[in-house]
Amino acid sequence: MNKNLVIPGDLLSSDVKQAGEGTYVKDGQVFAAIFGFVNKKDRIQVIPLAGKYMPHSGDVVIGKIVDVRFSNWLVNISSPYEALLHISEYPERIDADQMSQCLGIGDLVVAGVKDVDVTMKVELTMCGESFKKLDSGGVIEISHAKIPRVIGRKGSMISLLKSELNCDIFIGQNGRIWVKGREEDINHTIKALLKIERESHTPGLTDRIKEFISDRKPTTM
Amino acid sequence: MSDKTIEFIEKGRRLDGRKLDELRPIKIEVGVLKRANGSCYMESGGNKVMAAVYGPREVHPRRMEDATKAIVRCRYNMASFSVEDRKRPGPDRRSVEISKVSREAIEPIIIKEHFPRSAIDIFIEILQADAGTRTAGINAASVALADAGIPMRGLVSACATGKVGGHIVLDLMKEEDNYGEADVPIAMDVQNDKVTLLQMDGRLTQDEFKQALELARKGCKEIYEMQRQALIAKYTV
Repeated sequence: MNKNLVIPGDLLSSDVKQAGEGTYVKDGQVFAAIFGFVNKKDRIQVIPLAGKYMPHSGDVVIGKIVDVRFSNWLVNISSPYEALLHISEYPERIDADQMSQCLGIGDLVVAGVKDVDVTMKVELTMCGESFKKLDSGGVIEISHAKIPRVIGRKGSMISLLKSELNCDIFIGQNGRIWVKGREEDINHTIKALLKIERESHTPGLTDRIKEFISDRKPTTM
Repeated sequence: MSDKTIEFIEKGRRLDGRKLDELRPIKIEVGVLKRANGSCYMESGGNKVMAAVYGPREVHPRRMEDATKAIVRCRYNMASFSVEDRKRPGPDRRSVEISKVSREAIEPIIIKEHFPRSAIDIFIEILQADAGTRTAGINAASVALADAGIPMRGLVSACATGKVGGHIVLDLMKEEDNYGEADVPIAMDVQNDKVTLLQMDGRLTQDEFKQALELARKGCKEIYEMQRQALIAKYTV
């Protein structure tokens, strides 16, 4: 695992066509731009260990309403940029004066990133099946770089969590995770998620999480 | 300036027993602050420095933002207990200058174009000072930036050289800094061999300066290796 760890400025390849995310090209060579694990499968990319969420169109995120404007909601998506949710992107047709009754300040929503332009103006949409306002359950926030670990290879980790913990779990790409279920189940799920975040870079994580979940089981039953 | 009563170099050894081209012992810890996006604690001889990086995040006040790239802000601050006589807290002429030169030393390696309209804030706190705090601060800040996952072209490493008792030496300590003939702090991007900070206090001849620069390059390479090891150690089980 260790030999895959690179720091900014490390030479990765001299084939410019392979340059992927987390790299930069200088003088016909590919260098690491961030501190992380290098993945050379099809293109060379560096998988970050930290960093803020940068929205891309098509992402599904959990956002928090921070302001209601004339025809937009201002949504915090835990990135350096605040996102806009236009009134026409709300699933129902509503008037501007009803906006704060539908989504008020502090409400959490599952929304899709519709568009991000070059100046990082982020537009969200709630028109779509999986998009909704979150009324129940709880949301925790972890580093967005750890989200792929929570999902696991081909979804192995998330399906483990869902089947073993009796909870509804929804993962936003921006690092927020929504959990719904009985209170003690939620608490246990959150503990498991924080364990994943802490130990995300270690091998054999899925097995250890499996152990962690089953360790507690007898006491709840 | 030089005090004739102090003999700086005896049989090729300095006051603290170091060779002319030897750095003080360095210790680097990565990710020491929970709430910062990236952080680093560094000790280099008697210097104890903490660096924290926040961001990229929204720019306040708004008028400072740049529509095409991130802005970098840096604050160098000495704790009031960092020196023998209590330092009056708050920014002064010296720390404002060091904040500026540290920012300029670090800024060129950050790939700022990835984060338009945002700010990257660097805080360098000097907890204990023993000559060469600006270079220690730059070293720590550079590691903290990498820890924060900010895209960079390389790491910045910095060290000072100087002239003491007629010899060009690496990494001055307090006595050498106070009573020596010249102090030259240098920061550089080691992999790309680019100098990002060069200051000089005192006098050197051209040849001496070249010798000092060469020595600093060697020192920076050593520090770079230590920075790399410290980063890798954070994720080694």
